[in-house]
Order: sequence, then structure tokens, then C-alpha cells
Amino acid sequence: MRTKRLLLGDEALALGAIKAGLSGAYAYPGTPSTEIMEYVQGDEESRRRGIHCHWSSNEKTALEAALGMSYCGKRAITSMKHVGLNVAADPFVNSAMTGANGGLLVISADDPSMHSSQNEQDSRFYGDFAMMPMLEPSNQQEAYDMARKGFELSEHLHIPVLVRMVTRLSHSRAVVETENEADLENHLHYPANPRQWVLMPAVSRERNRQLIKDQEKFVYESEKSQFNRLEEGEDHSLGIVASGIAYNYLQEVFGGKVPFSVVKIGQYPLPVKMLKHLRDESDAILILEEGQPFIERQMGGLLYDGKTIYGKLNGHVVRDGELTPDEVARTIKALRPEAAGLKAHKEGNAPENVVGRPPALCQGCGHRDVYGAMNAALEKYPDAKVFGDIGCYTLGFLKPFNAIDSCVDMGASITMAKGAADAGQFPSLAIIGDSTFTHSGMTGLLDAINENSNIVVVISDNLTTGMTGGQDSQGTGKLEEICLGLGADPAHVRTIDSLPKLHDKIRDLFEEEMQYPGLSVIISRRECIQTARRHASAKK
Amino acid sequence: MKSDIILAGVGGQGILTIATIFGSAALADDLYLKQAEVHGMSQRGGDVQSNLRLSSKPIHSDLIPKGAADLIVSMEPMEALRYLPYLSPKGWIVTSTLPFVNIDNYPDLEAVKAELQKHGHVVAFDMEAVAKEVASARSSNLVLLGASSPFVDIPQDKIEKAIEGLFGRKGPQVVEANIAAFRRGREMALQTK
Repeated sequence: MRTKRLLLGDEALALGAIKAGLSGAYAYPGTPSTEIMEYVQGDEESRRRGIHCHWSSNEKTALEAALGMSYCGKRAITSMKHVGLNVAADPFVNSAMTGANGGLLVISADDPSMHSSQNEQDSRFYGDFAMMPMLEPSNQQEAYDMARKGFELSEHLHIPVLVRMVTRLSHSRAVVETENEADLENHLHYPANPRQWVLMPAVSRERNRQLIKDQEKFVYESEKSQFNRLEEGEDHSLGIVASGIAYNYLQEVFGGKVPFSVVKIGQYPLPVKMLKHLRDESDAILILEEGQPFIERQMGGLLYDGKTIYGKLNGHVVRDGELTPDEVARTIKALRPEAAGLKAHKEGNAPENVVGRPPALCQGCGHRDVYGAMNAALEKYPDAKVFGDIGCYTLGFLKPFNAIDSCVDMGASITMAKGAADAGQFPSLAIIGDSTFTHSGMTGLLDAINENSNIVVVISDNLTTGMTGGQDSQGTGKLEEICLGLGADPAHVRTIDSLPKLHDKIRDLFEEEMQYPGLSVIISRRECIQTARRHASAKK
Repeated sequence: MKSDIILAGVGGQGILTIATIFGSAALADDLYLKQAEVHGMSQRGGDVQSNLRLSSKPIHSDLIPKGAADLIVSMEPMEALRYLPYLSPKGWIVTSTLPFVNIDNYPDLEAVKAELQKHGHVVAFDMEAVAKEVASARSSNLVLLGASSPFVDIPQDKIEKAIEGLFGRKGPQVVEANIAAFRRGREMALQTK
């Protein structure tokens, strides 16, 4: 029996995994991947079965824990946003070397157009250089189906599988047919070849040769995959390769009747035979893919025979931002103006009385009080530099605060402030949220403590992971102990509440600690206004 | 049946609730549906939109092409204008006229309203004022849902069932208030349409 449900792409993938015998989910929140873990946490069946679903401190710890579960023979997923895969890159690449025992899916959600991210990196490049098979769903149903298929592939090929999501699929809802019954979870069982999990050079060399040899099997799986297919068209003046959601945009602009032959890609490594067939029957090739030119680069090398490949590298498809049906239509119209059935819509009027509306910190948010008081304290120091971090408080860059000078990656505030102080910068401050601090700030703080760097580290503690919607923060209630445990001077670990009425006190605290020629930590605390409201209404 | 709808507003105004209700009504009516949402940073007081596509046939793209939307449904007048490039020449705009001013360069409100009226196919009134008459300001988005419902080919009782489903656990009073807001919005739109 199957039931129709209305699910986000993220939720469909999570439910697919639960139905396919998932035993554990591991993740750190990050847009657009957050809802995968949240679904596992909220699902009734998941609770009944006791599927592991506690948030991890960061993506690296999440992936390693999932790998540990896979070692013991059980099916696990780990989910993160694309830049989270940078944090988890070490265990990710090496998990291809150890291989998997229980099915292991590493889910990375890319954010082209940077709706809520620092860059547009494309996770498929990671999968390629780790030599790992990949799945890329084109719609919510495929996201659901790929969870089971991914586990099966992972167990059949003895390797983790990277599942690449993108914002428009993660955060788009559609009707998905789901199974009512779930598979049994795997029993605990150990790897058939325990030796390959110990990546000492002698073992690694052996394993690396095996992994290279296995590539042939991975390609074979791609050739016969249900997610890759050749759809023959009548017009051979162009052959189109469309991966993931780009395939939907192509179907959209032709109303479902594409006159050209199309290879739809949903599983990697690329199905070489299928693509060669397309190349041989077409005068030229167009590559449509969400993200960076990944397939395009491979087509250029693997299949090059002198035919023109149109794509992002030669400017025929826009290179930055998300694809849209409009961009796909524009590209095809420019290449083949006579293409049969290409739908043309006349764009509506350009609006006249519209201005930008950038996001802002909420009214009643404690970060506002921290920035207000900090700016007041820094009035005397026009050369002060404030190194920022990743979270709601990054909005302190905008009006009215204009308070931070950098935002790079999780935890970089503390280490950049340290490096700046090493270079002679004074005053040098870092501002970081509680969840970002336990994600990647603690190790940097240890560096600064060990050298008693002359910096002020401000932990703006709102007791949650705010930007992604209020997930549990791993350091809640422990921040002072963590700082002291790392060796910070108790006289210079100061705590205050982020409240408007304490404005002068917070300002004076900043002034005092800037005057101290060494490392200070100011923990300014007030619950996130969004989670506070939720907690208040839950009590009613 | 086909409705391509752009839902617009400012983060926190409740446009996703409108999408959720249309969504479950569409599911009950056995329609195909795709609905792209915005999560993350822009939810903090920035402009937000959702592409909602309903159809009796399978839908390919999660995004609506420019010039193809049948309807712009907005909680805020300037946000309604932002998506004009997506509106088809035959399309309608259903919007609240109450501005949400959280920026210091908000355009002249009369100019915004005049630009809306220029489009011709417009249902525009202060959704919050109407919500306060029949329920409370919190039901403004349900007034908007009601005002947009005559333009979407889903039976009224299915939409009301979906409202009950969504608010049921908050008690019968909340359900009644929201149904009243929905019906009032619908009446207002039918007078204009």
C-alpha cells in the first residue's frame, strides 16, 4: 500500500530513508538541509523505532558518527549544507577509502543563488575527487526513491553514496507516493574486510587501487540506473544533457515534448555509453545542470570528439545563480530559434515603485543589544576591527549597526581576530554565536588562550541555533565551563544579559576588557525572541 | 485546471500558511501540486515569496516562468509589485493595501497603489482592517486566502476543510475565527471580480 503525502524535497528524502530501514541520522543545521534531520526528529515511526536523531556539534562529528554506525552494519544518513561538507571533508574523502558496511548516505544540499550561504560550490566535485558514486534527484518523488536505492547501492558497492540536493528541491513541496510499511533495520554486523578501515599507508595503497578498480562497477551501475535515461527526440541538431532539476525546467519550456534527444542524469559517475550515443547522433551538445559546470567539464574531456558543447564555460548558459525555466528557454532560443514547441511567455511589466527589502535582526533580539553596546564602546576606537561569524548576527553588517568587518566561515571570527592581533591590530574583537562557537570556535579559542592573545571574544548566546529556525545548540548551559576548561582566565570570562536596560553596563564591560592586555571572553546572553515566543505559546 | 500563483509578503506575515492551506485542499482534490518556499536568512524581515503551482496534469518545474503566473497573492502592496514580471497579461493581483514599512526608503504609498490599479485586474484592500472586523489582526492572512480563493478552481468546502485541519488542534474558536476571516475575504473579492 502507498499513501500520497505532501512533502518538501528534504522531507521526502528523510522519509524515504526511514522507510528503507534507517537506524541513525546525524547532522548540523544548515540551510537548505535542515529539514532532513527535523523530519526524522518529528516522524512518529522514527520515534517508535528509536532512530538516532540528536543534532551533532558540527558536520565532521556528524559524518564520523554516521560512519561508525555504518561500520556496525546499520543504515545511516548524515546531512549538511554544501559548505558543511567542507567541514566534513576529511572524513568524507576518507570514508570512500574505508568504504561502507551498512548503507551510508552523505547528503549535501547546495545553495546556488546563495539564498542563505557564502558561496555556490557544487558538491558533485567532492564526490568526483573522493571517487564516490552520487545521486542527484530531479523531483521530490525521486528524492524519496533515491534513499532506498542509495542504501542498496552503498551496501552493494561497499562505499558511501553522496546525495546532492539543491535549494529549489530541498525547499519545494510536491505530492509524493510513500510506502506504508518500512523495511526492517539491519542487525549489528561487522565489515567483511575489517583491515580496510585502518587507513595506514600500506592498507591505503591497497585500498586506493581497489577503489580505482571499482570505478568501472560504479559506471556500470550508472548505465543501468533507473535515474539515468536516454529519451530519443526527432531533431538531432542538438542533444541535451540535463541533470537534477534542470531536467524539469527543460520539460517545462517544451510543455513536456522536447524535440531533441535528452539524456537525463540522476546518478554518477556519468553513464559513458549513454552519453556517447547522444554525442554520436547529435550535431552539438547542450549541458543543463544546476550549479557549476561539472558534467560539462567531464563531457569536454571524456567524450570530446570535436563537436561543440554549449554550456556555462563558453557563456551559453549563465554561469552564476540558479537555473530557471526562463534561463533555459533563453538559452535554447538563442541556440535553436526554430525549435519545435518552445513555449514563449511575454514577461510582465517591470515594476516602478519597488525597492529592496533586506532581512534584519528581529525586534527584541539580544544581538541588537550586543551590537548597540559594542558600537558605543568602540566610538573611542575608530581603528577597531570586529571579526564576525556565521549566524543571524551576521546581519550586524547591515544598517543600522554596520558593526562587523568580516564573515568567512564557521568559527573564523576568533582565529581571524587572533591573527589580526598577532599582526598588531588593536582593538581586535570577535563576535560569534553560541552554536557556531561549539561548532568550530572552541579550537580557535584554545589557540588564543595558549598565547594569551590580546583579543575580546564575544559569544552572543541566544541559547539556540537561530538562523536555521531554532534547533538545539550543543553548548547551551556550558559556555562558561567550556571557556574555563580550555584555560581562559576566570577573571576575564565575563557574563552579562543582552538587555536594553543593561546597555551602559555592557558598554562598560567591553571597555574594561579591551583595556585588559590579553584574552577576554564576554558571554552576553538572552534567549532568541523567536524560540522564546514558541516556548511561551507552548506553555499556554 | 491550472493555477500558477506567486505568494508574496515580508518574512513573518504568514504567506506559508496560505500555501499550506491551498496545498492540503489541492491534495484532497487529487490535484498535482508544486510549491517552492523560501527558508533561511530572508525570513528575518526580508521579502519572501513562494511559487505555488496547482494543476490537474503533472507539473514539471518548481518555479513559475516569467509572464506565466495566473495570480499574485500578497500580504503587502509593494511586495505585490515586485513580482509583476511573472504575471501573465490575463493574470490577477490580490493584495492587502496595508504597507509593511521596515525600511527607510519605502516608496510613496499612493504611487504604489496607483501602480497596482494600473494593472486593471486587481483586488486590493486592507486585509488587516477586515480581519479586525470579523476576527483579529492575526487572521489577516486568512482574509487574503479568502480573497484569492475565487481565482483558484478548488471547491470552497475543500479549502474550509483544510483550514479546519490546520487550526483544529488550537480549538473550535480559532477555527471559527479563521473561517469567518476566510469567508469575509472571499465575499470582498467576489464583489470586485
